Amino acid sequence: MAEQNPKFISIEGISRRYPKREGGVTTIFEDLWLQVARGEFVCIIGHSGCGKTSVLNILSGLEAPTDGAVIVDGQAIEGPSLDRAVIFQGHALLPWKSVMGNVAYAVSSRWRRAGKAEVEERARRFIDLVGLKGSEMKKPAELSGGMRQRVGIARALSIEPKILLMDEPFSALDALTRGTLQDEVRRICTRTGQTVVMITHDVDEAIYLADKIVLMTNGPEAQIAEVVENPLPKDRARDSVHRAADYYPLRNHLVDFLVSRSRTFRDDKPAGYDPRHPPVVRIGTGAPAADIAPAPALAAGAP
Amino acid sequence: MKSLGVRAGILSVVLFFAFCLVWQIAVTPSASSGPALDPEYAKLMGITTAGAQSAMPGPVEVAGKLWDALKDPFYDNGPNDKGLGLQLAYSIGRVAIGYGLAVLVAVPLGFLIGMSALAYRALDPFIQVLKPISPLAWMPLALYTIKDSNLSAIFVIFICSVWPMLLNTAFGVGAVRKEWLNVARTLEVGPWRRAFTVILPAAAPTILTGMRISIGIAWLVIVAAEMLVGGTGIGYFVWNEWNNLSIANVIVGILMIGVVGMVLDLILARLQRRVTFPE
Ligand SMILES: Nc1ncnc2c1ncn2[C@@H]1O[C@H](COP(=O)(O)OP(=O)(O)OP(=O)(O)O)[C@@H](O)[C@H]1O
Ligand SMILES: [Mg+2]
Repeated sequence: MAEQNPKFISIEGISRRYPKREGGVTTIFEDLWLQVARGEFVCIIGHSGCGKTSVLNILSGLEAPTDGAVIVDGQAIEGPSLDRAVIFQGHALLPWKSVMGNVAYAVSSRWRRAGKAEVEERARRFIDLVGLKGSEMKKPAELSGGMRQRVGIARALSIEPKILLMDEPFSALDALTRGTLQDEVRRICTRTGQTVVMITHDVDEAIYLADKIVLMTNGPEAQIAEVVENPLPKDRARDSVHRAADYYPLRNHLVDFLVSRSRTFRDDKPAGYDPRHPPVVRIGTGAPAADIAPAPALAAGAP
Repeated sequence: MKSLGVRAGILSVVLFFAFCLVWQIAVTPSASSGPALDPEYAKLMGITTAGAQSAMPGPVEVAGKLWDALKDPFYDNGPNDKGLGLQLAYSIGRVAIGYGLAVLVAVPLGFLIGMSALAYRALDPFIQVLKPISPLAWMPLALYTIKDSNLSAIFVIFICSVWPMLLNTAFGVGAVRKEWLNVARTLEVGPWRRAFTVILPAAAPTILTGMRISIGIAWLVIVAAEMLVGGTGIGYFVWNEWNNLSIANVIVGILMIGVVGMVLDLILARLQRRVTFPE
């Protein structure tokens, strides 16, 4: 992979506040800092309502943060951009357009001067890539949930975004379809070195896909508790990933976080916790990451 | 077993003939009522009836008149004697102009109102007051200001068709799903392209519903309007035939009003089906 710029995406002290009905403000999260390198696959996990979608919407530019800024490739985000493609949770296909129409709409938005044939040629290539050859002329209503999500993926990839943003893209699918789509997304993203930020509820999904897993504490006033580096080899395969030595320690660490530490973290912060540099944790046999802040309590206790 | 459609068709035909039979029996003078009364009554009514014929025509007579009207629909023998087709054409023409103008005004205006919560709030009281006014109530005002009966009729059609389209367009545009708009935003689609490629198709089914309601109202109103302003049109035709006491022609007129109204609705229904999308 190309040399990494560790600050390709830099989330710098963002917060999101909403006015309360009875006056005052609720702080969903504040002072959030996070860096993502080019080509990295980052998963954010946290409990429902902690503000994951809000973070993603700020990254996409659909919403502005109340405070702070996000810098992408040296430029502050000021609104939505074709450089950042979004795969929405509810697929968000335009129901009056066919599969081809939906993907071609994105392609022709990206390359405004491209001819019809050129646009369709490109759209067809991405429809083939997600395995929907032969369904080009179908409307979203005629597709299964998994197929719709594939169209969403094709649409996002077809514009060759610098960053792919996904909000629980597979949560509405059955386990089997989810597995297949995870395989495909992983295959495509590793091959092209795509930078990805993905939100998920699913620990196993995060372990299989992510290079880094960002743990968010419960809201309100959610924080990034730590960033867990995935110790599993980059070329992991679905059918053997759970046999890797580091798999269960990693999984236990994540589950422990979701079960208890996400709740207690706020009152039980590791000494020297600095929201600007959330601790980077590396589980298991691998050596701790270089720029580790204070050694997190639980990671040390993991088998 | 025949299909439901075939059986329904057979039943429709049977019902039609049963209705005609009852109609025929009802208008045939019974022998017991005495022939002495009929000419007397006829004289009172001012009709020179030949023999024992009821003033109310039977289905056969109406069918005959209908055939006459359809044989030569476009003749023109002066203001009081024009073919049925010609009269219908006048009415359809007025509806087309008034309704067409209403579409041109209501859809873009509804678009703006639907896009802006401020405009919606500001214009809502006006619309709520203007909407329930019977379109014919505008007629004197229209005649006074426009001073042309034909244009006044068109204006009345305009004013009655504009409200359902305006409200439906505003509602449809305002109710476009946020996620579809977000798709357009993340693709950096400009406002014009967004209006035509996302908002319009998303709101089209609602807009077409409004257009369909409007065409129905317009066709109801044109008949009444033409009875008021006179001159030409199917409404005038019906009124004129009533003055001629030609009930058979009145019934023919009524029948044609129904048929044309049905055709107009069918056209809009087809358009509506074309823009409707399953979710
Ligand atoms: N417009 C709004 N006004 C007030 N509060 C809001 C608004 N939008 C979101 N919130 C609050 O912000 C919090 C975070 O919402 P968000 O959708 O980001 O959660 P999430 O982590 O994505 O949850 P989930 O996993 O269920 O999708 C929630 O508690 C929600 O109630
Ligand atoms: Mg969410």
